Amino acid sequence: MQTQVLIIGAGVTGAGLARDLALRGIQSIVVEKRDVNNGASGGNHGLLHSGARYVVSDPASAFECHLENQLLKRMAPHCVEATGGLFVAVAGDDEAYIAGFADACRRCQIDTASVDLNDAREMEPALSDRLIAAFGVDDATVDPFKLCLDNIADARQHGGQFLRYSQVIGFDIENGRIQRTHVRDDLTGRTRWIEAQVVVNAAGAWAGQIAGLAGAELAMRYSKGTLLVTQSRMGQRVINRLRRATDGDILVPGGTVSILGTTSERVDSPDVIYPEIHEVDAIIDQGAAMVPALADTRYIRAYCGVRPLIGGSGPKQAGDDRAVSRGFALIDHGRQPEAIANFVTITGGKLTTYRLMAEKTADLVCRQLGVTAPGRTHLVPLPNTVDARWTEPGLAPNTWLRTHSPEDLLVCECEMVPQSVVEEIVGSIKKQAGRPGLKAIGLRSRIGKGPCQGTFCSQRLAAHLYDRQHLANHQGVGELQAFLRERWRGQQPLLWDTSLAQAELLEAMHCGLFCLELEERDRP
Amino acid sequence: MIPCEGGFQTRPYTVGIEAMHCAMNSKVNQIACDLIIIGTGMAGMAAALFAARKGLDAALVGITGELGFASGPLDLLGVHPVAQGRILEDPWQGIVDLCRDEPLHPFAKLEIDAIRKALAAYLDFLQAGGYPHAVHGRRNMTLITAAGTRKPTYAVPHTMQHGPVALAAQAPCLLVDIQGLKGFSARQMALSLEAYWPDLRPVQIAFPDAAKGELYAEHLARALDAAPVREKLVAAIRPHLGDAQCVGLPAMLGFYQTVRVMEDLQQGLGVPVFEIPTMLPSVTGVRLRELFEQRLPPLGIRPFWQQRVLDVQRLNDGRWSLGVGYAEVEHRVIARGAILCSGRFFGRGLHARRNGIQETVFDLPVVQPMDRATWHHKDLFDPHGHPINRAGIAVDEQFRPVDAQCNPIYPNLFAAGSILAYQDWMRQKCGSGLAIATAYGAVTSCGAFLT
Repeated sequence: MQTQVLIIGAGVTGAGLARDLALRGIQSIVVEKRDVNNGASGGNHGLLHSGARYVVSDPASAFECHLENQLLKRMAPHCVEATGGLFVAVAGDDEAYIAGFADACRRCQIDTASVDLNDAREMEPALSDRLIAAFGVDDATVDPFKLCLDNIADARQHGGQFLRYSQVIGFDIENGRIQRTHVRDDLTGRTRWIEAQVVVNAAGAWAGQIAGLAGAELAMRYSKGTLLVTQSRMGQRVINRLRRATDGDILVPGGTVSILGTTSERVDSPDVIYPEIHEVDAIIDQGAAMVPALADTRYIRAYCGVRPLIGGSGPKQAGDDRAVSRGFALIDHGRQPEAIANFVTITGGKLTTYRLMAEKTADLVCRQLGVTAPGRTHLVPLPNTVDARWTEPGLAPNTWLRTHSPEDLLVCECEMVPQSVVEEIVGSIKKQAGRPGLKAIGLRSRIGKGPCQGTFCSQRLAAHLYDRQHLANHQGVGELQAFLRERWRGQQPLLWDTSLAQAELLEAMHCGLFCLELEERDRP
Repeated sequence: MIPCEGGFQTRPYTVGIEAMHCAMNSKVNQIACDLIIIGTGMAGMAAALFAARKGLDAALVGITGELGFASGPLDLLGVHPVAQGRILEDPWQGIVDLCRDEPLHPFAKLEIDAIRKALAAYLDFLQAGGYPHAVHGRRNMTLITAAGTRKPTYAVPHTMQHGPVALAAQAPCLLVDIQGLKGFSARQMALSLEAYWPDLRPVQIAFPDAAKGELYAEHLARALDAAPVREKLVAAIRPHLGDAQCVGLPAMLGFYQTVRVMEDLQQGLGVPVFEIPTMLPSVTGVRLRELFEQRLPPLGIRPFWQQRVLDVQRLNDGRWSLGVGYAEVEHRVIARGAILCSGRFFGRGLHARRNGIQETVFDLPVVQPMDRATWHHKDLFDPHGHPINRAGIAVDEQFRPVDAQCNPIYPNLFAAGSILAYQDWMRQKCGSGLAIATAYGAVTSCGAFLT
């Protein structure tokens, strides 16, 4: 295959870059070793920062966040819920930090307004009665899956290509240029090579590994953050703890749920990460100081992401990784010791600034290509596409209730996702030459994300996919295992009370009756 | 100390011993009996049956919904050792090996002969109730499931009897699924099982006279109790029969009339017919529940269906005083002995908080892993099974819950079923066998105490 620009990684940055280039008339191919938002783009709060969180620790990032926040609300309103946000402090919090907060915001041109404590509790009744300060800010929420899928869909609309489950395994480098990139299709095991004029490493936490394949050294640190999903929405706004960033201090609403996080734990590798029990306990205990109901609410799921931080693997005790700049790193490897003229790495940064990162990267790529077309993503709104619409909580049930015919059965009863929606998602996956497995459909919809966590919808979905001939031979057994394993990762640290009873039912059916744990040994 | 494996501990506990007068309420109906059985899952129902057979005056209290989650196959012991995933052909030899390897397993508290007698008595009861079960020569059989997998089990309802036979014989088989019945795809099973049963042919049919849209197995089963519906179902299947020597269908072949339904279908189609377990809850479980609900009271059992134990006191003379009701106490049951069959977390016999596991009725000590970090493995399908599944109530040889020194806590309190510690019924495939055998053991001990 040939293209102008090869983009490695389909997180929001890679997807945003593909779209940015497409709007400048440049062809690209995105290769992704798993599926969209596999890394930090999928493992975050879905928070569109006002910037206020960084005003003390990282004012430059704070100002960038502020600008991008305002821009994205205009350019991708369908991905954003302009919830507004509060910064609150409770008795015992650092009063010096509180006292300096408003000034620090002002210096970054971030609007804040002090809120009367009674008003704050009226606005957000779940807040603690031990509040000592509250400020209103411009936080919002963003659906990172919708954002990524819409960017990819728009890039494809303009001729871009997207290859899932395609892992870069090596580069042919001659005369200081990457001539060919070798890519393995992890579903078929076949390899192919892609010739591109410029190769962009947008692999996020895996950027160091990709750079290594090209002989470039990129010192990275991996900071894991764990987040919890509550069963119901705990507040209307984003609620931040007004203190220096630490565990469990942001509660972000997302549709019908809320997301509480996060932690910062150094990990050695971005590949095998789990939300851990001690993180869950720390997040809940800290969060409950701000919103007491968090101590007793039911949690549906835990997940985690790895923040890719540039700057080497210093000693782990050398302070909190949150103190490392959340700015991004754009590296022209032609100017590095390895001197590879057509190789660029973009990593670090935040969901909020993904567009800016993509734009700066595209500017550099254009200089290398000799293209002068300016970026237009700050001018052209992101189209709302069908590919991404079913990630939105509440949309599937609304559509189903409005239009449903008796034959359109619900596959997922918790989140009310009917067969017709599954078929639409299968159609869009097949258009991208992908295989419509259970996990891929789960990623593009709310299936498996309700209280049953896949107990029932997994087998219903498998049966439906067989009936419609989307699955063949004994694929279903492996699909069920993979889907349930993925759900389990997020359930396992949260299993007490009702969730534990639910998990027992899940195991009774899928192990006790279906014996899926025994299949493992039988089938390679 | 309670023998502990793998870092298990016994948590401190408290049971209130309160004076009788504080709980006495004149509006509450008071009942005295020999024995109260707490829990109406498989173990509680079996305990009631055995108590009735012994002539004990027994009350039975519990929410019966959970029995609807019984899938049909009656497991005795299907896998040992769990970590190796070794599937057992001979469950009786397997029990001998299990008791040698895991001397704390509840089966080790019983003689093999007692387990045999318990199963025989239970199966006789089902037979007499018009829902006979089949055993294949005291060996495990293999049946196919809706997920396109195979499961080892010991006994099956007569409606499922032919499936394992046909699988063993590799007989050409027509697999039928029903439009509108979710989670059951004949095509999924035929394709997934191709390596083990190549001659499976899938077909989807419409259920006779059913409206379009979603169908539920329980409704279909009740519909098939009527002969004309059976005739129509035969007519719908017959054109697809071809060279098939048997026909597999979702578990829905009748509700009270399974014997007639099977006769009519097999006669009409001219080949054996069998049910395949569906997703849970399933018709097979609801059949069992109704059978017990109808057949236990005539044996002298005094049931409190859809009620639970809301408070427990121990009287000065050692008898148990239990407040029974749905939301508030409606009855006070005074019993000389009690058997706890309240199940695990799904059945609400155990309850987990972030910092530990409690037993919900008597606040008995619960044998459990040291902390939450070791309750579950990170992989759902970890070959060792999850440590929390082996947590529960430790008992002595007479099925009396014991304290940290292994001494029985009360002479007249017994426990049976899945609440017992040191077993993993889901991975060992021993759920029904464990429930029935330990219920038998607990009733035997309780009977000895009472006399």
